[in-house]
Amino acid sequence: MARKATATKSKAQSNIPELTKEEELYAFREMLLIRRFEEKAGQMYGMGLIGGFCHLYIGQEAVVTGITMSTKLGEDAQITGYRDHGHMLVMGLDPKGVMAELTGRKGGLSKGKGGSMHMFSNEHRFYGGNGIVGAQASLGTGLAFASKYRGEDTVSITYFGDGAANQGQVYESFNMAKLWKLPVVYVIENNRYAMGTSLERAASTTDLSQRGVSFGIPGEQVDGMDIRMVKDAAERAIEHARSGKGPYILEMLTYRYRGHSMSDPAKYRSKDEVTTMRSERDPIEQVRKRILEKNYASEDDLKEIEKDVRAIVTEAADFATNDPEPDTSELYTDILID
Amino acid sequence: MPTDILMPALSPTMEEGKLSKWVVKQGDKVAPGDVLAEIETDKATMEVEAVDEGVIGKIFVAEGTEGVKVNTPIAALIGEDEDASAVPEPEITTDEPKESEKPGPDEEVAKNSHPTTKAVDAPAAPQFKPQNDPDIPDDVEMVTITVREALRDAMAEEMRTDKDVFVIGEEVAEYQGAYKVTQGLLQEFGSERVIDTPITEHGFAGLAVGAAFAGLKPIVEFMTWNFGMQAIDQIINSAAKQLYMSGGQVKAPMVFRGPNGAAARVGAQHSQDFSAWYSHVPGLTVIAPYTAADAKGLLKAAIRSPNPVVFLENEVLYGSTGEVPKMDDFVLPIGKARIARQGKDVTIVSFSMGMRYATQATEKLVAAGVDVELIDLRTLRPLDIDTVIESVKKTGRCVTVEEGWPQGGIGSEISARLMEHAFDYLDAPVTRVTGKDVPMPYAANLEKLALPNVDEVIAAVNAVTYRS
Repeated sequence: MARKATATKSKAQSNIPELTKEEELYAFREMLLIRRFEEKAGQMYGMGLIGGFCHLYIGQEAVVTGITMSTKLGEDAQITGYRDHGHMLVMGLDPKGVMAELTGRKGGLSKGKGGSMHMFSNEHRFYGGNGIVGAQASLGTGLAFASKYRGEDTVSITYFGDGAANQGQVYESFNMAKLWKLPVVYVIENNRYAMGTSLERAASTTDLSQRGVSFGIPGEQVDGMDIRMVKDAAERAIEHARSGKGPYILEMLTYRYRGHSMSDPAKYRSKDEVTTMRSERDPIEQVRKRILEKNYASEDDLKEIEKDVRAIVTEAADFATNDPEPDTSELYTDILID
Repeated sequence: MPTDILMPALSPTMEEGKLSKWVVKQGDKVAPGDVLAEIETDKATMEVEAVDEGVIGKIFVAEGTEGVKVNTPIAALIGEDEDASAVPEPEITTDEPKESEKPGPDEEVAKNSHPTTKAVDAPAAPQFKPQNDPDIPDDVEMVTITVREALRDAMAEEMRTDKDVFVIGEEVAEYQGAYKVTQGLLQEFGSERVIDTPITEHGFAGLAVGAAFAGLKPIVEFMTWNFGMQAIDQIINSAAKQLYMSGGQVKAPMVFRGPNGAAARVGAQHSQDFSAWYSHVPGLTVIAPYTAADAKGLLKAAIRSPNPVVFLENEVLYGSTGEVPKMDDFVLPIGKARIARQGKDVTIVSFSMGMRYATQATEKLVAAGVDVELIDLRTLRPLDIDTVIESVKKTGRCVTVEEGWPQGGIGSEISARLMEHAFDYLDAPVTRVTGKDVPMPYAANLEKLALPNVDEVIAAVNAVTYRS
């Protein structure tokens, strides 16, 4: 029988792996940066500074932070769908460039020509920022193919959501990845709603970690709100892929606090559900509590971190507000390389 | 300092909304995330959340107010120790334009008049200037080979010089190619570089695009372009648009190739010409060769191109032979049409399989005294329209020939461009010879009717030269 996936359950709750003091503080700062950045983006959207679609990552911060802590930064490739701001911030892309892309300005990561869903960095090995649900599953498998073709020691982290998990090309990719033992970790960010459709209404089996079974791909369900669990599972999965054993699936049970995009009133779920997740399972509050309990830092120290993060976000927002729009001559550039 | 709380935009298209309900009242303390008010748009009712902490100093817009413009201050947030009475009233913007903003009669007229064709600030589209074909030295030996061999040789030569080039597709390796185009490649380059895939076009096309993002140069073979339609999202949304969406950062240097168009008696789903489809898309290069030499020289150029290239072959032409110069590095320029025959009476423009009908028609027309100029486009994007325009300035007449459907076809595009750039030179309407506007039938007699033929080309030329 299909088990109802919830973000409060996990397979390996007994032996909770701990983070070091440095790791806890790093995680706190990175997750807070995403949270404050996204809040600011939401605010700027409301002011009309950001147009079109804008999908916020608030609530899901532990997933990308924990995974990225387990990768080799600048070597391992990462690729995701349209809910991509958090991935870029944690990978070290310039918050000013990200925010200026959201506002469609010259200094945006894609010169203002991509928007919220289309940002990339060859240098950081971040391949987007992809707007077609599920397309990144094949693209990310291709990044892994390139690693193997060149005999490189790198892994492709390929994120997609519970909605994309029902797209055909995901399974086409699973098949080739296992057939050719490609170094790819598929991270399914299961935030329980594909736009407005709950997993239960969209999936014949709801344990998405088992979606690779018929291809022989191992998978785990992970508490994606607890960064300790995320990082622990990611290390296992990445080691599996890097050592030549082929793909691995991590289903991250997570939750987005906001609507699917800015224009989604999220009436398909109860207020209680959201409130409970926010008050009891918040990924940042979990870390904050542990830091204080273990005396890794004082309230004042954390306030300092908050202050730093706010300054970064304010600087990004100011830049994105004041940076000029791209020159009109950019209309016809970057279509073909001469 | 009081901070204005503004009417937020809650969707990409929202310009105004109804402030249906205040959840807080003046004097309430709020924290980030607290719901302040409810707003109704034509789409939904949504909540306005506080982004900063503070006290609601003053509410400017009463609940129930309709047509509140985005970015109008709806309330002011003050610090706990600030005085609410000091908050100044803002100017409220609602639906009704102020007297001074209402358009005068002249402006109304201007609004309703015909639009000009060019936005004032839009930069001009860059003009593509193709290079000429390379000179073939007189002492170079010409060898007669099939189009199939020419394509294979092009891939093999490029794979020898560039380790990043690999071939991926169904039956390309062990089977030696469904149409034997990749014959011998597995033996020379091994299974790491000549890769048989499962039947999974959408998946392997996407995988190849991802590999290209990472710097490899895939050659993706579709057993036919009919199957490539499964992968069209990856070709257009991922490969073609990537450079632009990334502000010039991420390239997709790759070739998608395979037989395109009608074969013989294979029915509607296996007989479709995608020339017009792909030629529509900025970011793609689209090549559709006819001769063996063009197949070789242009495929080599395609593999070397830093851009994604759609290379449309034709199954019927695989076995046809032609002379190819025996040179170490025979590469042809992308985007340059070939004048197959010079003439002064009428211009026939075609490409790929259409060239077979056009060539045979030309032979008959020349014998009948019509001096035909025959142009093989070879590349469909960028389109070498200059060569066509120059020809039509001389002949005053143009007939296009293609196997694809008429609406929105390559002939339609050439016709439109000639209207724009050579209207005064035309002595007759540009006339299209195309496949008929039907799915391809199976029955032999109907299939024959659905395809263009030599007689139709001759009839079209007779019509535009007023000989009929």
